[in-house]
Amino acid sequence: MKKGMLVTADGSVFNGIAAGSDGVATGEVVFNTAMTGYQEIMTDPSYAGQVVVMTAPHIGNYGATSLDDQADSIYAKALITRSMSRRASSWRSEETFDDYLARRGIVALSDIDTRRLTRHIRDNGAMPVAVGSDIDESELASIAAGAPTMAGLDLVQTVTTDEMYVSNPDPGSEVVAHVVAYDLGIKRDILTQLNRRGVSVTVVPASTAADAVLAMDPDAVFLSNGPGDPEPLETSIEAVRGLLGRTPLFGICLGHQVLGLALGASTFKLPFGHHGGNHPVRNVSDGTVDITSQNHGFAVDLWSLTGMERPTIDGLPGPEMLAPDTETAYGVVQQTHLNLNDGTNEGLACLDVNAFSVQYHPEAAPGPNDAQKLFDGFVGSIGATSA
Amino acid sequence: MPKSYSTVSSDRLALPVPKRTDISSILVIGSGPIVIGQACEFDYSGTQAIKALREHGYRVILVNSNPATIMTDPEFADATYIEPITAPFVEAVLRKERPDAVLPTLGGQTALNVTMELAKTGVFEELGIEVIGASLEAIEAAEDRGKFKKVMEAHGIVTARSHYVTSLDEALTAVADLGYPAMVRPSYILGGGGTGLAHDEGAFIDIVNHGIETSPVSEVLIEESIAGWKEFELEVMRDGADNAVIVCSIENLDPMGVHTGDSITVAPAMTLSDREYQEMRDEAIACLRAIGVETGGSNVQFAVDPLTGKRIIIEMNPRVSRSSALASKATGFPIAKMAALLAVGYTLDEIANDITGATPASFEPALDYVVVKAPRFDFAKFPSVEPVLGTAMQSVGEAMSIGRTFPEALQKALRSLETGRDGLNGDRAEVEVTSLDIDELNKRVRVASPTRIYETAELLRRGVSVDEVHDLTAIDPWFLDQMAWINEVRADVQAAGPSSDALRQAKRTGFSDAQLRHLWGVGHDELAAVKNSSDVKVTYKTVDTCAAEFEARTPYFYSTYEEDSEAPAPGTKTVMVLGSGPNRIGQGIEFDYCCVHAAFALGDAGYETVMVNCNPETVSTDYDTSTRLYFEPLTVEDVLAIVDAERPHAVVVQLGGQTPLGLAKALEQAGVTIAGTSPDSIDMAEDREQFSALCARYGIKQPPHGTATSAAEAQDVVDEIGLPALVRPSYVLGGRAMRIIYSIEELSRYLSDLYGAVPGGEVDLSDAPLLIDRFLESAIEVDVDAVFDGDELYIGGIMEHVEEAGVHSGDSACVVPPPTLSDEVIAQVIVDTRKLAEGLDVKGLLNIQFAIRGEDVFVLEANPRASRTIPFISKATGVPLAKVATRVMLGESLASLREAGVVPAERPSLSFTAVKEAVLPWSRFPGEDTLLGPEMRATGEVMGIGETMGVAYAKALRGAGHSVPDSGAAFVSLADRDKTVGVEIAAILSEMGFKIYATHGTAGHLARHGIATTHVDKVGEGIYDPVRLVEDDKIDLVINTPAGGKARGDGRLIRLAASHHAVPCVTTAQGGLAVANSIRAAAASGLDVTSLQDHHAAAGVGR
Repeated sequence: MKKGMLVTADGSVFNGIAAGSDGVATGEVVFNTAMTGYQEIMTDPSYAGQVVVMTAPHIGNYGATSLDDQADSIYAKALITRSMSRRASSWRSEETFDDYLARRGIVALSDIDTRRLTRHIRDNGAMPVAVGSDIDESELASIAAGAPTMAGLDLVQTVTTDEMYVSNPDPGSEVVAHVVAYDLGIKRDILTQLNRRGVSVTVVPASTAADAVLAMDPDAVFLSNGPGDPEPLETSIEAVRGLLGRTPLFGICLGHQVLGLALGASTFKLPFGHHGGNHPVRNVSDGTVDITSQNHGFAVDLWSLTGMERPTIDGLPGPEMLAPDTETAYGVVQQTHLNLNDGTNEGLACLDVNAFSVQYHPEAAPGPNDAQKLFDGFVGSIGATSA
Repeated sequence: MPKSYSTVSSDRLALPVPKRTDISSILVIGSGPIVIGQACEFDYSGTQAIKALREHGYRVILVNSNPATIMTDPEFADATYIEPITAPFVEAVLRKERPDAVLPTLGGQTALNVTMELAKTGVFEELGIEVIGASLEAIEAAEDRGKFKKVMEAHGIVTARSHYVTSLDEALTAVADLGYPAMVRPSYILGGGGTGLAHDEGAFIDIVNHGIETSPVSEVLIEESIAGWKEFELEVMRDGADNAVIVCSIENLDPMGVHTGDSITVAPAMTLSDREYQEMRDEAIACLRAIGVETGGSNVQFAVDPLTGKRIIIEMNPRVSRSSALASKATGFPIAKMAALLAVGYTLDEIANDITGATPASFEPALDYVVVKAPRFDFAKFPSVEPVLGTAMQSVGEAMSIGRTFPEALQKALRSLETGRDGLNGDRAEVEVTSLDIDELNKRVRVASPTRIYETAELLRRGVSVDEVHDLTAIDPWFLDQMAWINEVRADVQAAGPSSDALRQAKRTGFSDAQLRHLWGVGHDELAAVKNSSDVKVTYKTVDTCAAEFEARTPYFYSTYEEDSEAPAPGTKTVMVLGSGPNRIGQGIEFDYCCVHAAFALGDAGYETVMVNCNPETVSTDYDTSTRLYFEPLTVEDVLAIVDAERPHAVVVQLGGQTPLGLAKALEQAGVTIAGTSPDSIDMAEDREQFSALCARYGIKQPPHGTATSAAEAQDVVDEIGLPALVRPSYVLGGRAMRIIYSIEELSRYLSDLYGAVPGGEVDLSDAPLLIDRFLESAIEVDVDAVFDGDELYIGGIMEHVEEAGVHSGDSACVVPPPTLSDEVIAQVIVDTRKLAEGLDVKGLLNIQFAIRGEDVFVLEANPRASRTIPFISKATGVPLAKVATRVMLGESLASLREAGVVPAERPSLSFTAVKEAVLPWSRFPGEDTLLGPEMRATGEVMGIGETMGVAYAKALRGAGHSVPDSGAAFVSLADRDKTVGVEIAAILSEMGFKIYATHGTAGHLARHGIATTHVDKVGEGIYDPVRLVEDDKIDLVINTPAGGKARGDGRLIRLAASHHAVPCVTTAQGGLAVANSIRAAAASGLDVTSLQDHHAAAGVGR
């Protein structure tokens, strides 16, 4: 067994065993608390540039299958685990996850004290790290120290599609709507969810201008999830401004942040992000709580629209954490969802134009299916509009 | 500047409904005595619920017949009824207390069943009482397998193919459709009682007949077999606003076919992909909605075909269960507390997660460790039963462990079980499997058994592939590969020999010091040297519900070998309490009760408390019972490591039964201060010769006795002291391998049973000498519990046994105040107790068993530690003996405790009689003779309180689940020595209008005393065949006492028949008399119920 190591930008060293592919990788380290779905996580383009620590100790137990891939390529930089399974046990499995990562050139570490690393991230914030085997500590330390942070980095251009493509419902099924999706790093299961509801989806590059999209005569436009800081995504933000009020809009995750920025709100970096499958989100309109799948390092500050300071949280988040309804250039914007762990914004809706978005992942994959009804709402609403 | 609308008012944020104010008093129903399938997890859940409800302002009334519970401590509920959990008694409580609501979902199947029974009587409507937690319709839909199946199908959830039948004919038609093997499941049963997998028609007919009889509604489900599929369980919570969360997923290592209570189980699930898990999650929540569980916790079980992923739902329990206790301990999410709060209208998002304090309970715990639960069996106690696991639960306890990985957690769980194993083989006891040839191993692993895990690991170690072993066992290959990994580490570590690197590898895979000493062939000192020179050190991680995402406030720890430890800095005034580990017969909830009391008492006295235990069912392992909780195996290595981290002022070992006592010597040698009585004194009490010398010095009488180290010596001793004699090996708990012999032939039979047939008949007993006591026939046995502070003695209680000496104290009923002892005898008992307390230099608790013959007082044994009767006597007298003793152990005097109000100024004088009755697991082991003897076999106990002994005993019998008749027919068959008492029994029964059947000898004797009987034939002969009479429901009560310890012949057949047909069967004359008296008393007294608080107020104690 080959020794492997992780060194953080602030100089902490974590010892383990090399897994996946040989080599050295660097990126911002984030932890994910989901207990299943390691393959969906590693193939989610939103993790572009990141080193993912799974807090669940055993990874790879049920192997890997192409059915679970969220994208063709892996954009995450490395995977850190406590124990990488050498045996895959599942009727679905095509190969071990270790082989799967190695085949795709992804560096991984096993036998790491992932809880220590998680606590380090929690207490000190997300930070760059360097990971590798056959390399000494000082070398890794200098690589980590020299690595860029995520803020201000446009990672979407590294993951968005070069060419437009179409994702259709299964042959023979009824097509009820045509949606253009901005690929900011779209997960395959989002397309599956839309296709399953009879939506034909045209996926376009992140830089596509509003007029080009409108020329396709879509019933609605979807803004996908994706990696990193939303602020540098000026072309996408501008495009959304051109679409607001002219076609229904629905955004998820980074798409939610882009919509927020387009409406004039600001975004900010969370200390260590939300990455997991157990985040409680309250739907403001009916008080119900969904357990949601989350993966983001930045959040929308809807209070910024009002000119007021976002309140600091004290105890369980209540109504005081909700940003008030605010008039913008696109009409009134309302906060629709609230994160019950830290009181951050989880969703918004425009009351005067057809646009809404959520910070979490209703498509799950991985994570609970509680919020899949949002796709029903979206498809239902565009059915009504186009009729 | 954008225009901002007025800040959102709370009406835009749909706020959850607050707690209910239309109800103010709630009756909580407990689960009664500990039985197989329903253990102390319901004390844990009930205690949590009662605390939570009272904190939120509700008046709580409790009914529970089990005195050994924390929940029945008088300070927990507002009114505590230690009364039988039967419909008539619970109804009497309802009428007296008039609660607004009944919460039946925290007391297991017992509480649900009695609630359903009461619902049918209409009493809830009559009194305007609402059933909260789960509606009656929901309970019915979940419990009735036929209805459950229909509801599931209506919601598109797949169930096993099955037919629901009420007769054997229908069952045979059903199985013709489904084919063999077929599963049989009776409706409304707990712990899988009566269920079985039939491979052929013969077995099928037996199981169906038994199942129809077992089911209270005489119905069984015949189901397609899914044996060999993977088994999963999800713990779901749902609130009144329809928010639902999965608290924990659990995967069984043993595939379908082994009851989940008897399986090794793992949390979280290990072999489900996210897609499969989320679908299962959706179905579990849909199941709760479909069944209509509006609020609270339920568990939903699934089976998954490993080849296709096909999933079916097996069952759901609309209540808190054993798995909820496990899930609570495994995640830190307090399911029972939440269930209680949800039942009164709170929603999950309104309640803070205790552990973080800053996030809501509406979330799903994320685990960054692996939890393994392993069952503990006591098959040795039931020689008629094959140690084979099936669909009916047989385990008597369980241990849980936490590790960062599955191999670590598995090895910790196995050493937590205290079955002589230090991990997954690689230990001294592995010779049990290394000595087997491969064919034998191949054969054994096909059958689920308590030892299969070790046999499977050994088979893998012999080089049989994971796939082959999977074919033999159906255990998932992932688990097998992890076990193979443990084997590989063992081989590496063994090959490397003592070194820091090997130590690291071994420790990170869960190997114990004991395993390393074995593998390296080194002693304690050599291993200690390797460990001291290495940087491999134990670390502690926190159980925090969130995988470190948020800071945890709750100090709940487990050990592992990692880079970073979260153990807190040692406190300045800390006392550590060692718990009692997995429940087993002879060491049950009573000891956990004592440990919990110690934690409470130490907290009251200003100490920080550290609890160490590995039993997930208990109150002691609740994270708010002590200041800090370490969920760890109770071994010298694990405990000393915690001592190193915590640096306690003292360690309490005398409250947790044999488990912590067994560690005391080693802890003391390592420099640990043992609180209270010294380990030397404890040893002195156990050591025959030292103890006899002590008794002789103080002029205390003992029955004649001797010690033997060979068969010949044993014979000499018996010749000298006379027959009958009580024989047993030294150092045993719960009367293991203890027997009364009436002849020399029985002595040789005993020796060959115990040590195997030895050529020439000579056995070497020098390692564990045989203890031989003259057995005092017809003596009254008395138990005394006392506290001694070195100066003053406090007698907690003097309890008189109903059954005579010779029946294990744990199996016999006992009574306070003692009904037949003279003042002189009582005075002598107190004098002897005081002398022994001084002689043994006791500081804390002392339990003594006496045998009284006439006016002669003999000491049978003395134990300077907590006894099984502490909770009972504390409940009866209102004086919390374990708390008193704990503070005495830490140096306070009884005088100062009296001043502090912990001990009453005067010993309370009881205005009532309290009876403790043992509960025996005969229904689980249908082939077992129900005769009582010196070997303890009870799993639990109940308490009955009444104005007279008759009334109290009548309640105790009902609480224990006996359907004692008030009229009908009694069958009486007595040994010669019991015939005098027999006349008394028969006279009472006859006076109460019973028709009396008797065997030839008994009938003649009764006739001579003017009692008319119908005399019966021998078994198998004639129309008055007693077995036939029992089987034909002609007999309502059996009183059968065996002559001369013979356990064969007609008596046994009659007892078995009674056991199978649920006819109460009494096997001692004193027991028979007590039953007869209780029938008379019950007829006269009716259903008077009184709360413990009222009883204590009358006796001038309590709050």
